[in-house]
Amino acid sequence: MTHVYDARGFGRALETVGAWVLGLLWILPLAFAIWTAVHPGEYSTRFVLTAPLTFANFIAAWNAAPFARYFVNTVLLVALILAAQLVLVTLAAYAFARFEFPGRGVLFALVLIQLMVMPDVLIVENYRTMGVLGLKDTILAIGLPYMASAFGIFLLRQTFKSVPKELDEAARMEGCGPLGVLWKVYVPLARPVYLAYALVSVSYHWNNFLWPLIITNSVGSRPVTVGLQVFSATDQGIDWSIINAATLMTTAPLLIAFLLFQRQFVQSFMRAGIR
Amino acid sequence: MTRSAQWLYGWLLLLPSMALLALFTHYPAVATLWNSFHSTPKGARPAVYVGIDNYRQLVDDPIFWQSLSNNLWFAIGTIPASIALALLMAVWVNGKVVGRGALRLAYFTPTVLPMIAVANIWLFFYTPEYGLLERVLGAFGFASHNWLGSKSTALACLMVVTIWKEAGFFMIFYLAALQSMSPNLAEAAAIEGASRWHFFRRVTFPLLMPTTLFVLVNAVINAFRIVDHVVVMTRGGPDNATALLLYYIYEIGFRFWDTAYAAVLTIVLLAILGLAALVQFGVLERRVHYQ
Repeated sequence: MTHVYDARGFGRALETVGAWVLGLLWILPLAFAIWTAVHPGEYSTRFVLTAPLTFANFIAAWNAAPFARYFVNTVLLVALILAAQLVLVTLAAYAFARFEFPGRGVLFALVLIQLMVMPDVLIVENYRTMGVLGLKDTILAIGLPYMASAFGIFLLRQTFKSVPKELDEAARMEGCGPLGVLWKVYVPLARPVYLAYALVSVSYHWNNFLWPLIITNSVGSRPVTVGLQVFSATDQGIDWSIINAATLMTTAPLLIAFLLFQRQFVQSFMRAGIR
Repeated sequence: MTRSAQWLYGWLLLLPSMALLALFTHYPAVATLWNSFHSTPKGARPAVYVGIDNYRQLVDDPIFWQSLSNNLWFAIGTIPASIALALLMAVWVNGKVVGRGALRLAYFTPTVLPMIAVANIWLFFYTPEYGLLERVLGAFGFASHNWLGSKSTALACLMVVTIWKEAGFFMIFYLAALQSMSPNLAEAAAIEGASRWHFFRRVTFPLLMPTTLFVLVNAVINAFRIVDHVVVMTRGGPDNATALLLYYIYEIGFRFWDTAYAAVLTIVLLAILGLAALVQFGVLERRVHYQ
């Protein structure tokens, strides 16, 4: 930290004010949504301290749409994607990091293509494929295009490459096969990277919207993001208090997790970005 | 391990990932290119080869040009602003500002929220008459204005939302870079008598260049990849003023079911993303010394 160049005197005061104004500005839209959600409709834009608190908006939103089902769908979706990613990414990264085989360079390039040709963009063709596979409107269909992750393979390959070869050899002397070495040496050493990757993956897929919107059309498969959109788009009465309550409700699990594990979240995003 | 065993293990370990990538990345990319030269199959009529007809249609389509220019303006309007804010935020919360933890939290929180939730929150913020923006401006005596409903302001409204959501995300990368910077640099510069601004401009900022490039590429990709807020807030309107490229693909592909034309549009989008990725690989190469 650059203590020498920390602001001093008047400049410091000015910067503190600036930082706080920006901070308040940044939290304002969320604070406004929370205010609207926990007060009766008539107080939605009347900011008086005596406004009565209420949970009625949350209850109304919860009862107006099958949010419980949407939550179950999202949790299943996120868990399914993460489980598949962790297994597939581990195996692929291990192959690229520690095995010599023909076509390794070409295959790695083919993997990296996904960094630019993202599933988010190939919506039309993937929709057609899901139709052929008979998977339209299923949770599996939302997750499938994301299960093999170039980003994850790249991230983990770097990590595996930094594992000292001596550890690998020692484990082999003890009689471990290739998968045993992977499980006993590489996976434990990469734990922080797994945590970082998992947090990034979970928040990405909890928040993902366009592809799930396209591929689902029933309550049984819709994740909360799509459920929220269906709810707020069809509810023509536009009771903003209830819509805001629904919005906060769908965001709450992730937001609470973030507040509890702030440090890990921030570090994960740093780690995943910096590689 | 014998050589052939090495080969076999390598291939088998890769098999599941490669199969999924082939099915959901490589095949659709190739199919998109293939379909862009064919007509859209309708009922019993299968797709036929039409050469570059679809591309001609693209060139003559004013909505395509508008969505492309919207997207470029959207990129120009959001990227420099969010990067500059991110840098400012990072410098502030890296220093000894009062309430540093709370500020970091405030800046970063929008990043954790789903874009769809963010869009809903801001939709209310912009609402005519009821919205907070109207209330505040009304209190200062400004005339009422339909922010999302008029062509002149709708795209700018989406830009504000995007800047709000992304600045905190990019801040993280700058913060990480700032924290890995050696304090000796600052001490040496102080002994040389460099001013604070001079130190930032001549030492800190150049050292942050790899981070800036990394953030820049990500920002470009996001500007073309995320259209959730368009779906929620404006549906491309009014009068296509907020139609971004991917949103237009979504409309053509899933409202008009013109899959051939959607394929051509997708090719354009892939070309843009490909360009961004090429830059990124150059950047990644250059980053190596930085670690």
